[in-house]
Amino acid sequence: MATVDRTVGGRRPGSTMGASEISISIHGMHKWFGQFHVLKDVNLEVKRGERIVICGPSGSGKSTLIRCINRLEEHQQGSIVVDGTKLTNDLKNIEIIRSEVGMVFQHFNLFPHLTALENCTLAPIWVRKMPKAEAEEAAMRYLERVRIPEQAGKYPGQLSGGQQQRVAIARSLCMNPRIMLFDEPTSALDPEMIKEVLEVMVELAESGMTMLVVTHEMGFATAVSDRVIFMDAGEIIEENSPEEFFKNPRHERTKLFLSQILSH
Amino acid sequence: MTESATAPRYAPGTHPDLPPPRRTTGVAGWMYKNLFSSPLNIALTVIGAFVLYSIVPPMLEWAFLKSIWTAESRVECWDKMEVPEEAACWAFIKGRLNIFIYGFYPEAERWRVNVSFVLLIFAVLPVLYDRLPQRKRWFWYVAAFPFLAGWLLVGGFGLTPVDTDQFGGFMLTLIIGVTGISFSLPIGIALALGRTSDLPALRILCVLFIEFIRGVPLIALLFVASTMLNYFLPPGTTFDLLMRVLIMVTLFSAAYIAEVVRGGLQGIPKGQVEAADSLGLPYWKAQRLIVLPQALKISIPGIVNTFIGLYKDTTLVLIIGMLDPLGIGNASLADAVWAGLAREVYLFIAVFFFLCCFGMSRYSLYLERKLHTGHEEI
Ligand SMILES: Nc1ncnc2c1ncn2[C@@H]1O[C@H](COP(=O)(O)OP(=O)(O)O)[C@@H](O)[C@H]1O
Ligand SMILES: [Mg+2]
Repeated sequence: MATVDRTVGGRRPGSTMGASEISISIHGMHKWFGQFHVLKDVNLEVKRGERIVICGPSGSGKSTLIRCINRLEEHQQGSIVVDGTKLTNDLKNIEIIRSEVGMVFQHFNLFPHLTALENCTLAPIWVRKMPKAEAEEAAMRYLERVRIPEQAGKYPGQLSGGQQQRVAIARSLCMNPRIMLFDEPTSALDPEMIKEVLEVMVELAESGMTMLVVTHEMGFATAVSDRVIFMDAGEIIEENSPEEFFKNPRHERTKLFLSQILSH
Repeated sequence: MTESATAPRYAPGTHPDLPPPRRTTGVAGWMYKNLFSSPLNIALTVIGAFVLYSIVPPMLEWAFLKSIWTAESRVECWDKMEVPEEAACWAFIKGRLNIFIYGFYPEAERWRVNVSFVLLIFAVLPVLYDRLPQRKRWFWYVAAFPFLAGWLLVGGFGLTPVDTDQFGGFMLTLIIGVTGISFSLPIGIALALGRTSDLPALRILCVLFIEFIRGVPLIALLFVASTMLNYFLPPGTTFDLLMRVLIMVTLFSAAYIAEVVRGGLQGIPKGQVEAADSLGLPYWKAQRLIVLPQALKISIPGIVNTFIGLYKDTTLVLIIGMLDPLGIGNASLADAVWAGLAREVYLFIAVFFFLCCFGMSRYSLYLERKLHTGHEEI
């Protein structure tokens, strides 16, 4: 892969950049699972093009938070506005937001009965009503961008974990999203495959995509993120630039957490 | 160490690819592994060979080598044998083949049954074989087929009407089996989706229906169809008995299909729906494109199992007086000229059912293999 087209899949020309610089805004958001108060008074503003890393101990509500943004989970209090659209029970709104927000899962969640290429073309064809040939052409561009065009005809079961995760990223990018959510995209991968996925993500970050990444990859956080958010027990405990966050954590819990993840 | 003297040593990094040891591949390898790998295996092989030897030759003799194919009566059949009753008298079946196939469908109109059968083959083809050119267009024909066949068989609109109580034999089995199979699958899928849906009213309705149908024997439903349904219908309406049977058989099998498909739906990880949701696919598209293809694939053995059960259960219609092959067989055995040839009749019917069911079973294996996309190179 000699050169990579950095504009593809980034901000679309003529998008409403000026109109709203705020991409996601979450205000006073609470969520419960039954009686269990999982997210407590979350407030977060994400600017267009901003790259945010979310970290925190297991069970602190990181996944739940980003899953609320595309309504895989429903919040019970407060407001979430994505790209100017408020998340309510209105199904049409939810579908619009979902088609504008890409998501990459820890366990890839590729469709095992479809080839890598078909995984990528499915949503453009059935949601965007794109002609098949055009969708395939676009999908091939994204598969090249994640550096696995030669695997287009294979089924997920025939690919390695790293390759599957890159297909999953390409699948999301095929919808031309304005925002990408990543939920621990590398934590199910063998060490030698983490790098190939992180490289793709770094490249995506450099292209200007708005990204929310739940990860413990501190190298990634330092290299590309604008802000690091630390969560514990359903609350945002602290947020800061990556340099400050790692050098001068303010909160005791943050210090404890950092000492734990940096010690191995 | 313990290495044999003949094994060559290679410097690290230069070991070539060697063929596997002789005994593990080829015919000899297969025979060793499958027939003679252990004392128990050898014993089973010997017993198996002995059982085959003592059953198969006499069977062949009875059914083919010594059997009689032309005769006018049982007595004549047995006279032609060296020892009476030592072999099959297929002359009996041969003489009644038409009744076994068509029941009492008027002779002059039987071509309509034949044409329907050929049309059926062309309707089944695009469903079973996905590499047919222009497959999508064929489905228009598939959708039209039930009406076409119904018109041909029942008549009207220019064809001589034939009463459905004249239907019988294998033709009746095929009509009930094919109708039941092709309509119970979509109904069953809908019921399974309903039962797993978030809408309480829909869910309860589906659960009630499924549990009611599964809790009642098919025979009881058939009796309801043949007797009680008249009470529920406005007086004076005639509602064809065959039609009622078709509806009952279809609903019965749909309830079972629903449970099989529900099992398949539960086998699909939540992440699949989440991925579909996150791409913005609406519920129905996610079900149709992501969930159902995978769930149905898992359910193939159970679905085909249900179909095979349905197909064999079509013989139950004999209890409400319809002449399926078994009914015709029983009636034929009552004929004094031929009485006593029960073995031939029941074996003949058994072979017919076996071939159909075995075909379905093999097709399902083919389908499973074809849809397998796991860890394998294509
Ligand atoms: N569907 C659910 N029902 C009930 N509890 C849940 C559910 N999903 C997550 N939880 C709980 O919510 C808490 C936060 O989960 P999660 O957001 O997955 O944490 P993280 O991603 O930070 O590890 C955990 O205690 C988890 O057990
Ligand atoms: Mg998580």
